[in-house]
Amino acid sequence: MTKKNKKNQTLHHVQLPKTPTGITGLDEITEGGIPKGRPTLVCGQAGCGKTLMSLEFVVRGAVEFNEPGVFMAFEEKAGELAMNVASLGFDLDKLQADKKLRIDYVHIDRTEIEETGEYNLEGIFIRLGHAIDTIKAKRVVLDTIENLFAGLTNQAILRAELRRLFQWLKDKGVTAIITGERGDGKSLTRQGLEEYVSDCVILLDHRVINQISTRRLRIIKYRGSVHGTNEYPFLIDEDGISVLPITSLKLEKEVSSQRVSSGIPALDAMLGGKGFFKGGSILVSGTAGTGKTSLAAYFANEACNRKERCIYFAFEESPKQIVRNMHSIGVDLQKHVDKGLLQFYASRPTIYGLEMHLVAMYKLIKKFKPQVVVLDPITNLITVGSVSEVKAMLIRLIDFLQEEQITVMFTALSLNTVVNEQTDEGVSSLVDAWILVRDIEFNGERNRGMYIMKSRGMKHSNQVREFVITDKGLDLVEVYLGPDGVLTGTAREAQRLQEETGEVLREFAVNSKDREISRKRKVLEAKISNLQMEFESAEEELNKIYQEQELVKQVTHRTRQEITKMRRGQMADVKTKGGK
Amino acid sequence: MTKEETTEEITTAYELRLYVAGKTAKSVTALANLKKYCEEHLKGQYKIEVIDLLLQPQLAEGDQIFAIPTLVRKVPEPIRKIIGDLSNEEKVLVGLNIRPA
Repeated sequence: MTKKNKKNQTLHHVQLPKTPTGITGLDEITEGGIPKGRPTLVCGQAGCGKTLMSLEFVVRGAVEFNEPGVFMAFEEKAGELAMNVASLGFDLDKLQADKKLRIDYVHIDRTEIEETGEYNLEGIFIRLGHAIDTIKAKRVVLDTIENLFAGLTNQAILRAELRRLFQWLKDKGVTAIITGERGDGKSLTRQGLEEYVSDCVILLDHRVINQISTRRLRIIKYRGSVHGTNEYPFLIDEDGISVLPITSLKLEKEVSSQRVSSGIPALDAMLGGKGFFKGGSILVSGTAGTGKTSLAAYFANEACNRKERCIYFAFEESPKQIVRNMHSIGVDLQKHVDKGLLQFYASRPTIYGLEMHLVAMYKLIKKFKPQVVVLDPITNLITVGSVSEVKAMLIRLIDFLQEEQITVMFTALSLNTVVNEQTDEGVSSLVDAWILVRDIEFNGERNRGMYIMKSRGMKHSNQVREFVITDKGLDLVEVYLGPDGVLTGTAREAQRLQEETGEVLREFAVNSKDREISRKRKVLEAKISNLQMEFESAEEELNKIYQEQELVKQVTHRTRQEITKMRRGQMADVKTKGGK
Repeated sequence: MTKEETTEEITTAYELRLYVAGKTAKSVTALANLKKYCEEHLKGQYKIEVIDLLLQPQLAEGDQIFAIPTLVRKVPEPIRKIIGDLSNEEKVLVGLNIRPA
């Protein structure tokens, strides 16, 4: 640790002293600002923001760093300048009154000037020196000093004087910005100013691609200092210039293992039962009409239900349209809007370049501080920039959002064109979770199948689900895996019905068999009882015979006894009896 | 230090102002040249004012001075400026509209 500190310190010692410009992002690229006490050349074509950048340098110096500055204008009058930048919130008149700023307009009109013989530009030196001394300026801007070349003919004198001027500025110890118009061909400035100003050269560029303009900035050289070498897009808005370097953002952000629900329980279940990671990025891609916006709206709705804030960036539909459409699937976004939990930000992608979009989002997110952000759809941004530009922009956006621990959901339309596949692929490498909604065409109808293509750091289902949108909302249904493969939609329904019918039929068949058996049993039982009856009657018959025989036997026996008795003289009895 | 050199008559048809920065060779040459031309061509109807910007730097802005030496014709209008040591008489006279071009 101490070793590291030491190393840092030595690094600081070696580093060139720098003057922070105060321009958002520029100080990050230059690692601290432009060289202190030396002139810096800012060059570019007309309308690329040279004057504004140099003016912002002076104004920010005066306001933020308490370094008064002199702005020597060769192009615009002080009044015009003040008016032009009033919209950016720079009050030049007040700064001048406070002796923080001096604007000196140098007017050179060729028609009223005649050159005869030797001269020098001491007048400029004197004016500049006077201005610097009166307000103790630390910063100086010479806005398009090349205008001198247009007004004066003696190039030899001009060049010698310019060289002297820059040396003089160095001796004065002021940090200066000199602007120069971009020349034809390879030269950075029309008059080759770069040969006089060699410490730091910043090139501004204003390009129009597909009717959309983007301003870019590149540091061509910076003697004695490390600096970013890329072309950095920048933009001019109501807060001045913002440069957004990718390199200033590092892959060092905090991560959360907290989960957020997608709003659809069945989808959460596919994602290990808990949903997405907080602060993660989710891509929902799919063909047209697959319900991407519905998914996004559900996600936003769920966030608002959790009392979290959400910004919905709509690049396709107006907020009212989205609210209305989501009503049809039972999602009431309006109530969240009314409560101030949900904010819509709708803009046409073509309204301005990607950078402007990025900064607009940046600012809104910084202001609203949402926990969830939805971008619907990012595909439309392609119309503004190329795939790689969109990707670069999204990298920065995702980085920014992750740093802020904001969960973001992008939707992307995928057509079966090469370009869009590229976006899918390009963006998908950046996001943490990728959900693909795809049409499954089968049996004369379209159904939606949902896949989780990836979900970093969590267990997730590899199965296809059918994604259904009903009046009640979104749901995922397990697709039917039958002998004929995966079935969805009515085919799934039909298959289910068929199975149901089979069941009923089978049941019916079983029932009728049951009945038959019971009938048979009844018949059998009847037969059995019949036989039993027969048997009983036979038995009875038999019994009857036995009894008869018994009776006969008894009677015979008795008769025989009677007879025997009678034979033994008991006849008397009979006689007596008879005699009586 | 403002040096004023007027001729006897104060009919100032030409009001001229010469901006210099100290007593440099160019300044001296310019002033000498100017005086010579005025005496030759504008005798009696001019006024020359010499301003040393080293002493009065705040005056440079008003007349839009960037080169030294600069001769400014304030009157008659419109304002004309001639920069350099005024070594070319022709150009000076044309520049001051004393002689048509």
